[in-house]
Amino acid sequence: MRVLLFGRLGDLAGWRERSFEPPPATLSDLKRLLAAADAALGAALSGPGVQAAIDRAIVRGDAALSPSAEVAFLPPMSGG
Amino acid sequence: MIRLTTEPFEPGVELTAFCAGRAETGAVASFVGIARGEGGQATALELEAYPGFTDAEIGRMAEAATARFSLQDVLVIHRHGPIAPGEAIVLVACASSHRREAFEACDYLMDYLKSRAPFWKKEHGPGGARWVEPTPRDLEDLKRWD
Repeated sequence: MRVLLFGRLGDLAGWRERSFEPPPATLSDLKRLLAAADAALGAALSGPGVQAAIDRAIVRGDAALSPSAEVAFLPPMSGG
Repeated sequence: MIRLTTEPFEPGVELTAFCAGRAETGAVASFVGIARGEGGQATALELEAYPGFTDAEIGRMAEAATARFSLQDVLVIHRHGPIAPGEAIVLVACASSHRREAFEACDYLMDYLKSRAPFWKKEHGPGGARWVEPTPRDLEDLKRWD
């Protein structure tokens, strides 16, 4: 399973793409895993306007993660 | 057609190609957005896109514009990655039977692209780099089209 961080989230974490094997079962499990490794990133992921997408579709609330899922965390979009 | 590119593009060449063979179209309106230098305060603009997501979202908005303004065709070319002052960031071209629809569709698509399209913008200047996020005004402006 791949995790992508965009915008300031990537700068904050110091990485923009990372694989997780074995994958966490759910999106909330993934967030807990990320927060345990990096508290500042964990806080930012729960910050205002940060959305999550699974396989390039925005999800609200929790969701199950497949082993091949691509999860992206998207801070507020700036427009072009 | 929606195209994301990290390479500089020539808006005139793209517009000429878009207009070719349109004996029955009548009207093409276009807009070119160009990176501003801000008198030396902005040395470069960096736009991060999520390929596969950003272009799909822009495509959905182009479809909405097509339905709303009875367009025949839409072209959006958008840069991402580092962009130097003076380079084109975006080209929008809308083809319609009549000029009013073509003008309005360009305006509509640019309002969307400037406020809501999935890009993350970083400005590099003499004092370092900063991420630019929507202002309260931008968020208020979004509601015009909801």
